[in-house]
Amino acid sequence: MKRRSDTWLVALSVVSAVLILAALYLALVGAPKAVMQSEIGPIVQRIIYFHIATAWVGFLAFFVTFLAGIAYLRTQARRWDIVALSSAEIGTMFMLGVLVSGSIWAKPAWGVWWVWDERLTISLIQFLVYVGYLMLRSAVDDPTRRARFAAVYGIVAFISVPINFIAIRLWRSQHPLMFGSEGGGLGPGMMFAFFFCLIAFTVWYVTLMGHRIRLERLHDDVEELKQRVIG
Amino acid sequence: MGYLVAAYAVLWAISFGLVASIVLRQRKLEAELQAIREAVPSLTTADKG
Repeated sequence: MKRRSDTWLVALSVVSAVLILAALYLALVGAPKAVMQSEIGPIVQRIIYFHIATAWVGFLAFFVTFLAGIAYLRTQARRWDIVALSSAEIGTMFMLGVLVSGSIWAKPAWGVWWVWDERLTISLIQFLVYVGYLMLRSAVDDPTRRARFAAVYGIVAFISVPINFIAIRLWRSQHPLMFGSEGGGLGPGMMFAFFFCLIAFTVWYVTLMGHRIRLERLHDDVEELKQRVIG
Repeated sequence: MGYLVAAYAVLWAISFGLVASIVLRQRKLEAELQAIREAVPSLTTADKG
């Protein structure tokens, strides 16, 4: 018998698929061409919509891991450990997307695939820090110790998010600043597409979280049944 | 244009990879769960009770 949450998850999956397709249309076709024609041209500039939305989901996911880590340490409830793990895994994959799409954008913009610029370097370190989080989890056998270590790690690792965010403001990085005191880098017509992509990706993140949490609960069910069989 | 296509293709590939990984692991666990329940029917009865 299907749980009610499964029905919600299917509905959410359909909604997020529609939103992502609409976001794709806006990003590639619907959004107006860039007002300021840079040397990279108005076509490649369209990477920005999904690149920033992907980064946003990465940061949001790490924030959720941070909050779930605090909640776990306070309550010792397994559900918070599941949330932290699920969010960290999704965030890490999205950060990989940010690094690769950013690198592809860098080639026409800067003439190279990668520069050891502050923003790029911090993003790479942040990605590796969360790969470390996932590796730590797989290295500890005892579930209670694993959850406690992971919670502390997830809380400490979150410091990379604000550092990453302010990097281009602090160090005048080569990476473009989209929103700052000197004005945004997007024209008014592009804002709609930009924020639509942010919303679509946020719904996509929530959907992925639902599926990932369901996976972890299934894993717990299997483990519990195995214990009952052995016991 | 090629860079734009490449960037979006990579983002889609990563997204699909993540979804495929979750779906495959879910199916594997569901199969395992089913196998355990079939092997030990008393567990299923206890769950329903």
